[in-house]
Amino acid sequence: MLILKIIVIILLTPIAGGLLTGMDRVITARMQGRQGPPLLQPFYDVLKLIQKEAIEVNLMHRFYVYLSLIFVILTSVILLLGGDILLAVFALTLGSVLFILGGYASNSPYSLIGSERELLQMMAYEPMVLLTGIGFYLADKSFFISDIIKNNIPAIVYLPGMFIGFVYILTFKLRKSPFDFSMSHHGHQEIVQGITTEYSGKDLAVIEITHWYEQIIALVFVFLFFATSHISSIIVGIIVCLLVYFLEILIDNGFARMKWNFALKSAWLVTAVLGSVNLMVLSYFR
Amino acid sequence: MNLITTLILFPLAIAILSFVIRQDKIRNAIVTLGAASIALLTVLVTVRYFGDGITYSYHQEEGISYLIMCLEIIIAGYVLVKSIRDKKYLVTVFAAIQTPLILWFELSAGHHIQIVNQIVYDKLSGIMVLIIGIIGSLICIYAVGYMKDYHHHHKEYAERKSFFLSILFLFLSAMFGLVLSNNLTWLYFCWEVTSLCSFLLIGYTRTEEAKSNSYRALTINLGGGLAFAVAIVFIGLHYDTLELSTLISLEPEAIAMVPVFLMSVAALTKSAQFPFSSWLLGAMVAPTPSSALLHSATMVKAGVYLIIRLAPMLGDSPVGIAVTGIGCATFLLSSLAAVTQSDGKKILAYSTVANLGLIVICASIGSQEALWAAILLIIFHASAKSLMFLCVGSIEHQLGSRNVEDMGDLALVSRKLNLFMFIGIAGMFLAPFGMLISKWVAMKAFIDSRHILAVIVIAYGSAITLFYWTKWMGKLVSGSNRKQEKEHSFSLFEELPIIIHVIIVIVSCFAFPLISDYALVPYLTELFGKDAVIPIGTSDVNLMIMMLAMLIIIPISFIPLYKGDKRRIVPIYMAGENTGDNETFYGGLGEKRKAEMRNWYLSEYFDSKKMLFIGNIIAILILVLGVILLIGGLAQ
Repeated sequence: MLILKIIVIILLTPIAGGLLTGMDRVITARMQGRQGPPLLQPFYDVLKLIQKEAIEVNLMHRFYVYLSLIFVILTSVILLLGGDILLAVFALTLGSVLFILGGYASNSPYSLIGSERELLQMMAYEPMVLLTGIGFYLADKSFFISDIIKNNIPAIVYLPGMFIGFVYILTFKLRKSPFDFSMSHHGHQEIVQGITTEYSGKDLAVIEITHWYEQIIALVFVFLFFATSHISSIIVGIIVCLLVYFLEILIDNGFARMKWNFALKSAWLVTAVLGSVNLMVLSYFR
Repeated sequence: MNLITTLILFPLAIAILSFVIRQDKIRNAIVTLGAASIALLTVLVTVRYFGDGITYSYHQEEGISYLIMCLEIIIAGYVLVKSIRDKKYLVTVFAAIQTPLILWFELSAGHHIQIVNQIVYDKLSGIMVLIIGIIGSLICIYAVGYMKDYHHHHKEYAERKSFFLSILFLFLSAMFGLVLSNNLTWLYFCWEVTSLCSFLLIGYTRTEEAKSNSYRALTINLGGGLAFAVAIVFIGLHYDTLELSTLISLEPEAIAMVPVFLMSVAALTKSAQFPFSSWLLGAMVAPTPSSALLHSATMVKAGVYLIIRLAPMLGDSPVGIAVTGIGCATFLLSSLAAVTQSDGKKILAYSTVANLGLIVICASIGSQEALWAAILLIIFHASAKSLMFLCVGSIEHQLGSRNVEDMGDLALVSRKLNLFMFIGIAGMFLAPFGMLISKWVAMKAFIDSRHILAVIVIAYGSAITLFYWTKWMGKLVSGSNRKQEKEHSFSLFEELPIIIHVIIVIVSCFAFPLISDYALVPYLTELFGKDAVIPIGTSDVNLMIMMLAMLIIIPISFIPLYKGDKRRIVPIYMAGENTGDNETFYGGLGEKRKAEMRNWYLSEYFDSKKMLFIGNIIAILILVLGVILLIGGLAQ
């Protein structure tokens, strides 16, 4: 039964993530007054990439991308099976570190700049992610997601600051402007494609799929703020997830890319103000 | 003579032997055999006593005490003469106060105090003995190979290998004494011997820099020693006891907090917390084996060991809060300082200071969970940090540099070292490795005990840690696709200890549930008188071990497996200006230019001097506040 669940999670998560990306592209196109691709375009893209000839700059760097995918899958399995939220964060971090190492391993200037920037992004958003996990623990008395979703009062009641803070750093995780300075998908930016510069074909497809998983993982966190034992909370949660995702698309289209200095400072400041104060208040009253 | 006495005295014998024997070959054999025997002895002691522990007193207690007093006088005399000659008068003052103070006390009031247990070997001292015995002796073996290369590379320094090796062994002996003594005067003596050893090791090269740094270390540690001495006299006069175990079972009333505060200050100096951290950062001028020893198995661990011992008295008391505050400042600010460093040894030094800060936070919070994390942190930090120091030492000899920026070329020279270094770094911060398990539990312990500040500090601190380790790892992997070009000689004395370290790091990660079940849980259960449990759920532990097993495949990336693959290899992207060799491109005037890739250091934000300055100011303020609270408590 458990095996079956795991298989379903492994299969359905990227499909959901891919659909989300397709939606993103449709909405973005509409915002920019274009027709845009069909909803299923991300899947066509990935299929096309898989069929391409394998080209690479050295024998090592794609290895890290595959490892990264494995750990991101592990993260989504831990989360969706109701596991320990901190363990999930650590597994996700490991996945991201491996992805960064891939950029380094290519030994190419553009990839390296992308890797460095990705690393900086991680340093910027990581405190907030950890504090969010701790916030859930303080609100719901457990690190386990299976316990968090059994509560009667949704966590958002205790963690409003944490929620806003998390949405702020979500922009990093979803690779949206203004904080997409490590590997923007806009071709002509100053670092070409950042970490992904040297990847093509299957490897690039793997990166795309990894990102689909990551998007769902990010939204699971958003969902958790609204989850209760009541069945209606599922609908509320999903609606909020979609709204938040729409907000991110709006921000993506509304802002130019920021400098890394601003990204680091603002993310840390938001974490310090919203996350920490929320935690202090909560710990005082609970 | 029982095993424990042998354990303390045997390294001393090797120290004397290696000092006396000046012939390289014979001495190397003695050092190697001696170190191996110490490791073996450690294992024997562990097998024999770890289950039930042992406490006892010597019959010739008075004789030993007089012997120690004589040695104290000799050491004090040496320090006094040397410090006056070198015009380091602060050292003179410290030495001139503490030794007479202790001697006066021991010959008058202290003489009548009955001590039931001179030696206590429990689970905590057992773990410390294992770390000192195994990691310490591996470093001694490594030193044999390293020092040969060292003097080959540095002809300008006088060769004093005999002296160097003998001090290493003396250090081990003192550390064994330190963690096994329950008699505070003995503990204090060993404490001072380790200060002296570190002074001698840091000053090894006799350059001006080495000299001034060694005196800085001595000044700070003797200052801590003075606080320790005053604490002992205070305890003796007030409570009529000189046993550490009695001290920590006292009621935490205001008056008892005075010696606890003084001893905490001593511990903070030894484990290089702000504002006392400068000595450890300066200690890097010494040859690498001594840095490895100072940072992993000895010295700094003595400080955190003492704080863990004092933990029942700390907790929510003013002293406990002050120590936690200093730990927080140290952890956060020295992590930030590490970001700006490119010198491998400096990064290691800052990260040691930061990790000790974390251990200090855990120990001073003092709940069962927090102590669980603290002890585990000591174990993992000792093994991983020692591995990294040994690697950096060898890398420096292979590459002629220990700068992280140069380590992209490491694979050209030695793929093995590249891999070992990678494993060391992974051990420091990556997910299923030991340090992270401890950090995880630390996080849980902080939130359970409502130390919100510590929670926030650890959240930021881990993110920063991630940054500087990953970029170092990045440099290592960036060369992993290159073929090793030349075979460098890499003596067995260096290689073997490193390989054993790698095994220790990996095995201890798999074995941490066992360490918890057989050592930590029983120790904490006894200490608190209530059942301790492993703070991580079983399902999590299983997952962690699964992740670790998956990670073991990383080294595969260092092996060129894809030789028969049909992939087309192309040059890297250089905006179309490649010259064809992946290293140069055509510049604006058509000339060939080399592409240089460097890491980020963010020094305009986290300048290390500024971070240290801020950290020291905060720590001094906290200490002053601690004194005020203490006096306030006494006045009530």
